[in-house]
This record gives sequence, C-alpha cells and structure tokens, in this order.
Amino acid sequence: MSRQTVEFSITAAERLNETLNAFLEIDRDGALRRAEEIEKSGNAGPLAGIPIAIKDNLCVKGLQTSCGSKILGDYHPPYNATVIDRLLKAGAVVIGKTNCDEFAMGSSNENSAFGPVRNPWDTTRVSGGSSGGSATAVAAGIVPVALGSDTGGSVRQPASLCGVVGLKPTYGRNSRYGLVAFASSLDQVGVFAREVEDVARVLGVIAGRDPMDATTADVPVPDYTQSLTGDLKGARLGFPRALFGKGLDDEVKNAVESVVDVYRDLGAEIVDVELPNAGYAIAVYYIIATAEASANLARFDGVRYGFRAEDAPELRQMYRKTREEGFGPEVKRRIMLGTYVLSAGYYDAYYRKAQQVRTLIKNDFLKAFERCDAIITPTSPTPAFRIGEKVDDPLAMYLNDIYTVTANLAGIPGISVPCGLSSERLPIGFQLLGPYWSEAMLLKLSHGYEQARPFTERPPISAS
Amino acid sequence: MPITQSDIEKVAQLAHLELGEEELKTFGSQIAEIVNYVEQLNELDTSNVEPAIGGLTPEGAKTDSSREDEVGGSLGQKIALTEAPDPASGHFRVPKVL
Repeated sequence: MSRQTVEFSITAAERLNETLNAFLEIDRDGALRRAEEIEKSGNAGPLAGIPIAIKDNLCVKGLQTSCGSKILGDYHPPYNATVIDRLLKAGAVVIGKTNCDEFAMGSSNENSAFGPVRNPWDTTRVSGGSSGGSATAVAAGIVPVALGSDTGGSVRQPASLCGVVGLKPTYGRNSRYGLVAFASSLDQVGVFAREVEDVARVLGVIAGRDPMDATTADVPVPDYTQSLTGDLKGARLGFPRALFGKGLDDEVKNAVESVVDVYRDLGAEIVDVELPNAGYAIAVYYIIATAEASANLARFDGVRYGFRAEDAPELRQMYRKTREEGFGPEVKRRIMLGTYVLSAGYYDAYYRKAQQVRTLIKNDFLKAFERCDAIITPTSPTPAFRIGEKVDDPLAMYLNDIYTVTANLAGIPGISVPCGLSSERLPIGFQLLGPYWSEAMLLKLSHGYEQARPFTERPPISAS
Repeated sequence: MPITQSDIEKVAQLAHLELGEEELKTFGSQIAEIVNYVEQLNELDTSNVEPAIGGLTPEGAKTDSSREDEVGGSLGQKIALTEAPDPASGHFRVPKVL
C-alpha cells in the first residue's frame, strides 16, 4: 500500500516538474526503498508510508540542501534536521526537496537560483514564497503534506496563493536544528496540507522540545487531532476592521468577510479588536530580518562547505568573490541592508528602535487576545500575481507580507486556510492568528470552517 | 541622512561582498528607498519601551536549556570534511591569509 502511494507521488512529481519547477531533487530510488522497508517492518507510526516533500532549506541526510542558492549548490548535509528525524520515526517517506526563494528570502519564489516555481492554478503566476515548491507540491496533489519554513509568512502566503492549508506554529514549538538559519528570532518550521486534519497530525509528530535547539520551549504537545471537534459554539473571533482597508483587493476582502459570516453562523462570537501598531510591522520586520540574516549568512564564505570562487589567491578576496558569485541579488540586497542597520552608529536608530516597536506590536496582540480566542485577517492582500510583475520593486514585494509578518514578530501561531477562488480562478486564503501555544484552537477553528465550506476545487495542473 | 555611494561601498566591504559598479548603484538607490520607508518608525515615541530581545515566549524564556557537561556523539573529522571545497590532510585549506 505505502509503496503504491509513494510511487504515485514520485511519478507525479517527475511528470509535473517541467511545468511547475516545484522540486529541486526527487529521490525515486531512496523513497521507494524506504516505502518497501516500512511495508515490511509493519511500522505503525502515525505517518507510516505517507509521502512528504521537504523545503530545500531543511537538512535531510543523503539528499541535497541548496536553499535555492548557488552558494550551497549540491551541498549534502551529513545529518537530519530534528523535525526530519521525527517524521522518519513516524514512518513518513521523504520523496524530494522543494524549490524555494534563495535562503527563504522572498514572497514569490522568483529569487530561487534554480528558476521560479509556477502556480498550478495559472502557470504564468507566482506560487508565493518563500516555501513555494512545498505549497505547489501539495496544491497539485503530488504529496498530501509538505514542510516549509516561515520567517515572515513563507508558509502561510504561498499556502494562500496555491489554495492549501499552511500553519506557522508558535516560536519555540518546533525545533530548528537542521533548518538553515535566516532570521533566528523569527524562523519557524511550518506544515502544508490540503486538509486541516493532516496539518494537525504532522504538527503532533514534529512539535516539542529539542535539546539541540535552545529556543524550543518545554510545553506539552497535545494530540492536535483531538481538538477537531467541529463545535465552535462560544468561540470568540477577533475582527480587526482597520486591516480590511487600503491596499486590500476587493475580492479578497469580500471572501474573508464572508468567512466571518460563516463563523457567526457556526456559533462563534465576533468581537471588534484593534492592532494599532500593525501598520509598522513591515518596517520593523525588514530591519530585524535583514540584520539577523546578515549575521547568519556570514558563515557562507567558501571554507567549510558549498561553493568557492576560483582565481582568488588571497583569503579575504576569496570570501568576497565567493559571496559575490554565490549569492543572488535579493540575498545580497538583504545582507547589505542588514549590515547597514547594524553598522557603527546606526544600531540604536534602527535595530533597537525596531525591537522596541516589536514590543508594541506584541503587546497589541496580548491585549487583543484578552477579548478573543483568535483574530481573522486575509493572508495575502491579493491573489497570486504574475511572474515578473514585482521583481524590480523590492519594497512593493515586501508589502505582500503585510498580514503575515506580525505573527513572526510577536512569536504567535498563524494558519492560512483556503476560502474560495477569485473571478480569475485564483485561490484566496484567510488567516487566523492565536495566542502563544494556541495551535489546537487554530486547528479547531480552521477545521470547523473547512467542514462547513469544504474547498473542493482543484487546479488545472494536478497529479490526478 | 542621505546614503552616499561611499556608504554603500563601505557596507559592501563590511559584508564581504565584492559588488560590481552596476550593483553598487542599484543597491544604493534601493537601500535608500527602504531605509526611507523604515524611518516611519520614528513617528512612535518608544522612550519607555523595552526592546523585544530574543523574541521568546514566557514559556520559552523559562525553559532551562542547560545540561550536564557530558561527552556526546559528533560527526568526526572525516565526515565534517566531506563537503569542504578544499580539504587537505584533515583540515580546511584556505588561500594565503597574509
């Protein structure tokens, strides 16, 4: 049974990759061998024989980890990320590594050194990013579940643009050991699936304290599937009216407002909430994320792994040439910006200031959550845009993340759930944000909506 | 304060990036635009606000990450060198430093 399922996924991945460019590596032989082993061993783990796709910034022993970058090229990590070890123990079968924006920096997947991922709903459009390959692989029915990473919306936004469910857990819920670091105070491993129940199942497997990642918290991991009761009576849903204004596409606005009506019909109480500092989130995010990235990416210098430039007879010259030739434009831009805001004399004006406003944003949420169990927003201000449309304007690209970056800044969990198609048949998603460790509540609310309004549409580019 | 070409060159040096003329120019104007955008934060009075250093939840901050100082497993020299661009005699070899 598991061999057939895995074979189906691999064949679909191979067949659709020319069109979608969702995978950077497909491990046919390894995955089939493992599927057979699982069948023979009678592994009865919660994910026994389930094919899964992994973003190419998470280390899987034996496969490449390129981070969508030339500087890592065909780097093959000698160890597994903790979340991968946990998936394997539960019986999952990794079928391949998915395309992503270089070092997870981007909202469209156009920053991959290996070409953009294409949206299965319209291949002239972006998949979203940075975990676009994982979102696309699930949306096209290649795999039922996939892992990504979310630093400012990199799981939720592509989930929304591709019409699948995507969860970013609380900061400290999952281990990042073996996830290539982008911005360490924001990064979190997230889960994609077509159905909320599958997200719940995978989260239950990967979550929890890991001695290899000191930021994981000692908080018990419940059986998340138990929370999917369908009973939403008395749940309090916060509605931040001010975020449904300027810059939001009308169709997205209407779709998400209809979701609010569905929740009301399901017995939830809708309460008005305010997030007065949310408008500053992009500015705060692009200071903190780039500052941390400039430090994290200092390790790529051509010494211990990956690419090294030729014709550089002196050490510093070798560093500079390796990084100049190895990194793509968006990564260089962010390293430059991060280096600038941390450079002598500017630290207080930018980084410290941003961390102070981050406190204000966090406090807004803590206050709002005194009155509600979760807050509803759109996930992305528009449906998927066209490939090439925003590449020359980095600031316009950054503004795509307006609804998602707040969760990373505050450390709270967020989930994107599909809620319909636009007039151009492009998926629209809504986002739920909850207090720390409220994944069970977010999954329950998402599942309740999914039961009431199942998203059964399938993209034109699809495995079956 | 406007960002000058020499500021950008200095930042590129600090970041160990050997940028070409074109890149220095494009990044210069793009970074100036982004910095201009983030300066909207100065509208807010944050004189009495603690910075959110670390970004941890209260539960995360409370979690004790210390452990006994015991010898555990490690990759070992051979495996650790398998991905090096230029390993030599059990070391990472680099071009001349001086």
